[in-house]
Amino acid sequence: MRELIRLTPMTSLSRDDVAKLAGLARIEMSDEELVNMANEFTVILDAVARVQEVAGADVQPTSHPLPLRNIFRPDVVVPSLTPEEALSGAPAQEEQRFRVPQILGEE
Amino acid sequence: MIRNNASEMAAKLAAGEITSVALTQAHLDRIAAVDTDVHAFLHIDTEGALAQAAAVDAKRAKGAKLSPLAGVPLALKDVMAQKGIPTTCGSKILEGWRPPYDSTVVANLKKNDIVILGKTNMDEFAMGSSTENSAYGPTHNPWDLTRIPGGSGGGSSAALAAFEAPLAIGTDTGGSIRQPAAVTGTVGVKPTYGGVSRYGLVAFSSSLDQAGPCARTVLDAALLHEAIAGHDPKDATSINAPVPQVVNAAKSGDVKGMKIGVVKELNGDGYQAGVRARFEESLELLAKAGAEIVEVSAPNFEYALAAYYLIAPSECSSNLARFDAMRYGLRVGDVDGASAESVMNLTREVGFGKEVKRRIILGTYALSSGYYDAYYGSAQKVRTLITQDFTKAFEKADVLVSPTCPTTAFKIGEKANDPLAMYLNDIATIPVNMAGIGGMSLPSGLADEDGLPVGFQIMSPVMKDDRMYSVGATLEAALLSKWGAPLLDKAPIMGGVR
Repeated sequence: MRELIRLTPMTSLSRDDVAKLAGLARIEMSDEELVNMANEFTVILDAVARVQEVAGADVQPTSHPLPLRNIFRPDVVVPSLTPEEALSGAPAQEEQRFRVPQILGEE
Repeated sequence: MIRNNASEMAAKLAAGEITSVALTQAHLDRIAAVDTDVHAFLHIDTEGALAQAAAVDAKRAKGAKLSPLAGVPLALKDVMAQKGIPTTCGSKILEGWRPPYDSTVVANLKKNDIVILGKTNMDEFAMGSSTENSAYGPTHNPWDLTRIPGGSGGGSSAALAAFEAPLAIGTDTGGSIRQPAAVTGTVGVKPTYGGVSRYGLVAFSSSLDQAGPCARTVLDAALLHEAIAGHDPKDATSINAPVPQVVNAAKSGDVKGMKIGVVKELNGDGYQAGVRARFEESLELLAKAGAEIVEVSAPNFEYALAAYYLIAPSECSSNLARFDAMRYGLRVGDVDGASAESVMNLTREVGFGKEVKRRIILGTYALSSGYYDAYYGSAQKVRTLITQDFTKAFEKADVLVSPTCPTTAFKIGEKANDPLAMYLNDIATIPVNMAGIGGMSLPSGLADEDGLPVGFQIMSPVMKDDRMYSVGATLEAALLSKWGAPLLDKAPIMGGVR
C-alpha cells in the first residue's frame, strides 16, 4: 500500500483559500475549522494529484459509465405532488408558497 | 425463526407454517433486544411494518399469487426516500424530514410485499467507510461491538449480522455495500450501474451511486436483486434491458470451464495476512469446482482511489447544493432581516458534518476554474483508463476476483482523524464503481490473527450480473461444506436469542 500514499508535493491550500471555497459552497466555518481543513487538504491534495501522472492528452475523459443520450418522453400530464405534499417539508410557508428569507439587499 | 435465511422464511410463509405478522414481530422483538448495543437502526416503523405484514397475510389467506419474498422483513438504508417515514441520510440537515413520495426501490419492495422494518444508520450522505460519520452516532459490528460495521451502509450490514433483519437495502458509490458486507460476514451486491433505479435515492455522486441487495446468503441477495431491479422511466440512467437472471444463477449456476481472473494489483502488500489466506483458500475451492484461475493485470487501478476522491467530491459538491434551507430540511438563522445567503451559510454549517464539509470543499476546489483540468479533468481520464483495464481483463476472464477490503473491521475511532487511512479501505471496491460494472462481496472465512470476517469480491461485466451470482453461489456452497455451518454461527450470540 506504500505506493498509494506516496506523496508528491504539488499543491497546498491556505486558510484564506479554504475560506473562499467555503464561501462559494455556502458553508459558514469557524477559524479553527478553516485552519484544520487547510492542513488536511495539503495531505489529501498531494494524494489525489497523482491522477495527473497518467492523464495524457491522448486519453479521452469519461464523465459517466453509460453512453448517455437524451431521453424523451411524450409530453403528457401525469399525477404529481399536491401543493400540500410539496410544501410538507417546508421550513416556513405562506399562502401555499415556500417562505424564504430576503434574497435581495435593502439598498 | 430469525436465524433462518430469507428464502427459508419465504418457504415457511408460503407453506403456512408461520405468518408474516409473527415473523415481523419476532424481528421487532430482536431489534428491541439488541439494537441498543448495535445501533443499526435510525428509525423503526413498528406500526407500518406490522400493517404491511398483516396485509400480506390477508392476501395469502385469500390465495393470491405472491412474489417469492412476500412477507419477509427488510431493513432499508436511510438514504432511500420512503413516503411519510423519516429519511435523514445520517445527517442533521434532514432531521425530521418525511419524504412526500416513495423511491422506486421502495415502490418495488412494496409491490413485492417485502415488509420494511425501518431505516438503517449510515455515514452522512453515504460518505465514509465506518458509519462513524453518522450525525446520530456510530453503528457497532455484531462480531465485536468495539469495531466498525463498515460504511457507509454499516446499519444494513450490522442488522443482517445481528439477525435484526434477513434482508437489507444498501447503496454503493465506492464500496458502501460490499465493504460493510465483508467486515460483518454477510453478502452484499452492487449491481451494474443503471441496473436498479436511482429515483428517490438521495444523490451523493450520481455517476457512481448504485442501490443493491444485502443479505446473509447469495440466493437471498439474488431474490432481492430481482425484486428491486429493472428499467425505470423516472431514472434516465436506468438501463432499458431485461434484468440479468441472477436467481437462476444463484440456484443452478456453476463455474465449470469458467475463467476467473485474479487482479494482480488488488492483492499483496497492504493486505492483511488473514485476508490473503482466506482469498487463496477460496481460489483453491473455485479451482476444485472446475474454474480456471488466471492472472490479469489492471495497471491503472493504482490511480483509482485518487480519481475517486476527485470525482465523488466534485459530484457531491453539486448534488448537495440542494440542501439550501429553502424548501425542506433544516433552516437556521432565519431571523428578521437575515438574508437568504446567511441562512444558507449558517444552516449548512450546522447541518453538515465534518466529512461532508471536507468533500464539498474539495469538490468545489476540484471544479473551480484554473484547477478543473488538473483535478476533475484528469480524474475523468483515469476513469477511462480504468474502464479500459477492465475491458482488457474481461477478454481474458469471465469474472474478476479480489479480496473485498485490505483488512478486517478496525476499531471505532481508530481512523476517525485520518481521512486518507479511511479512504484506503475502499481501494479494491472503487474500480468497480468507476467502470459501472457489477460487484459482489461474500464471506470467505475468518482471519486467523483476529477471528474477524473476511470478504471475497467478485466482479462481472456490465449487465452480466448473473456471472457473479454463479461464482458466488458455488463458492458459498464449497465454503459451507468446508465449515459445516454458516459463518455467522461463529458470531457472538447477542441478546441471548437463538
